[in-house]
Amino acid sequence: MLNYSIQRLLSAIPTLLILITVAFFLIRIAPGGPFDSEKALPPEIQANLEQSYRLDDPLVMQYLRYLGDIVQFDFGPSFHYRDWTVNQLIAQGAPVSFTLGGIALVLAFLLGTAIGVVAALRQNRPADYLTMSVAMIGISIPNFVIAPLLVLLFAITLGWLPAGGWDGSLQRMVLPAIALALPMVAYVARITRGSMIEVLHSSFIRTARAKGLPEREVILRHALKPALLPVISYLGPAAAGILTGSVVIERIFTIPGIGSHFVQGALNRDYTLVMGVVIFYGVLIIVFNYLVDLIYAWLDPRIRYEQ
Amino acid sequence: MSSEPTAVPADAFEQAMDRRPVKGRSLYVDAWQRLKRNRAAVAGTGMLVFIVVLVSIGPLFNPWDHEIPDWDYYSTPPSLATGHLMGTDALGRDLFERVMVGGRISLLVGLVATLVSLVIGVAYGATAGYLGGRVDNWMMRAVDAIYALPFMFFVILLMVVFGRNILLIFVAIGAVNWLDMARIVRGQTLSLKNKDFIEAARVSGATERQIILRHIIPNLLGVVAVYVSLTIPQVILVESFLSFLGLGVQEPLTSWGALVNEGAQELETAPWSLIFPALFLAATLFAFNFLGDGLRDALDPKDR
Repeated sequence: MLNYSIQRLLSAIPTLLILITVAFFLIRIAPGGPFDSEKALPPEIQANLEQSYRLDDPLVMQYLRYLGDIVQFDFGPSFHYRDWTVNQLIAQGAPVSFTLGGIALVLAFLLGTAIGVVAALRQNRPADYLTMSVAMIGISIPNFVIAPLLVLLFAITLGWLPAGGWDGSLQRMVLPAIALALPMVAYVARITRGSMIEVLHSSFIRTARAKGLPEREVILRHALKPALLPVISYLGPAAAGILTGSVVIERIFTIPGIGSHFVQGALNRDYTLVMGVVIFYGVLIIVFNYLVDLIYAWLDPRIRYEQ
Repeated sequence: MSSEPTAVPADAFEQAMDRRPVKGRSLYVDAWQRLKRNRAAVAGTGMLVFIVVLVSIGPLFNPWDHEIPDWDYYSTPPSLATGHLMGTDALGRDLFERVMVGGRISLLVGLVATLVSLVIGVAYGATAGYLGGRVDNWMMRAVDAIYALPFMFFVILLMVVFGRNILLIFVAIGAVNWLDMARIVRGQTLSLKNKDFIEAARVSGATERQIILRHIIPNLLGVVAVYVSLTIPQVILVESFLSFLGLGVQEPLTSWGALVNEGAQELETAPWSLIFPALFLAATLFAFNFLGDGLRDALDPKDR
């Protein structure tokens, strides 16, 4: 197990390196620079600015220096938000994004597994068809469409909830969290249903039933754990989905998280901010996938011993 | 236990001998039958045909242009009296026309980008699966490494870097979407290579060419078809995501994602400009997903 976890951890290093390298050069070859504005700066000032941010060095030198900096967890100063470092911007946005993403993730998994189990137990009956059709709608409608529709219904027409903003209150979290979670609820429900049906057909469930266990026990003690394995493996993609989703959701609800920094940062050519957000997200996804693999190996010994 | 053979009733024996050779049904005939029985998939296909036809010929019967405003009607709700079936946007452009034109772009992006990812993915996956061994190991490791990257961010960066060019959207989306296809095709090729029926075919004297044509490719096609039908809505989604962020298709052209974005900004004053494109986008994705699910059920040999 220890061997396996170390091996997996080491395999994250090339991924991270590719991520940093590709992102670094991509954003650098983009036309325009961080100090372009409508009013052209005098060339001396432009040169001075570039010199003070050390943008006049050869690109490869800058790249190597950047690698050196991030090893020390220093993401540099933001080019657009003067007087702010990228570390500060991320530290400010992260709690907001994490709260929202965390709520959405928990919501998605609790609701999704519950719906999936119910659908599996009523396989091919009206309740199954109904929930799975609704789940299909959830998958088909992207969250940037769901979000404005929710705003239209609950904030503008009914006036029950605020349309946006962020002050840490539950009221303002409800709509963005639901918009972020809905497509995932649908995925989790479908995965749970599928694996639950498969598990219910296996022989150890027949044994449990033959022993005369009440159906409740059979489902909760025997069927649920193996049925949840595929759901756990969805946790990795789900986390990635939340991160990308947060880019639009934070924009729609004007939430000051990290996601909102990404697109704006890229458009502003705020090199360090974009890199910081990309690396932050990349590390999060890698860590999530790593944890998922570990949990999986821990739950399913076959994977552990195959290594 | 008695070892005495039990007498077989004479007529049962007759019946067994008399059984005419069953006409073999090919995989596809079989799958087609099952697809037709799947009501959701049939409904999805019907809806897709309807949307495609509407998007292609709808503008022919519509007097307005997607670029030119109707100066008399800014941001008017849908009405038969004005002739704007879905109303007009804030600039007075006919929304019906724009939804149709946007639909053409969205569907086109879906098809072409899926084709790009199909070509790359199948070539890569089949090579890795067929060669096997160390080459396969390295090729798939590369895929794993890229797979762990947050795609969406790369697509966004690509769009920022290379400007908002429609051709680039195809390539960018297709180029990041081939990984799944490569994995699936590789896995399928690898497992097919060692299957008993391939062995059986080889033993009974089939040539390598016959094996590839008659056994490997047909068995790959099913999986690929299913995957394609599930990739198209995914790609449409990515394109509309980009357009929603203002990075995709640019004015005066439009796509469903861009229209949803415009609609979301005029939510309070002109809700119809959100609802119609959202409806078309959702219906299309819905239909593709149903069709894809139906295809998977129909082609999955495990069910038989």
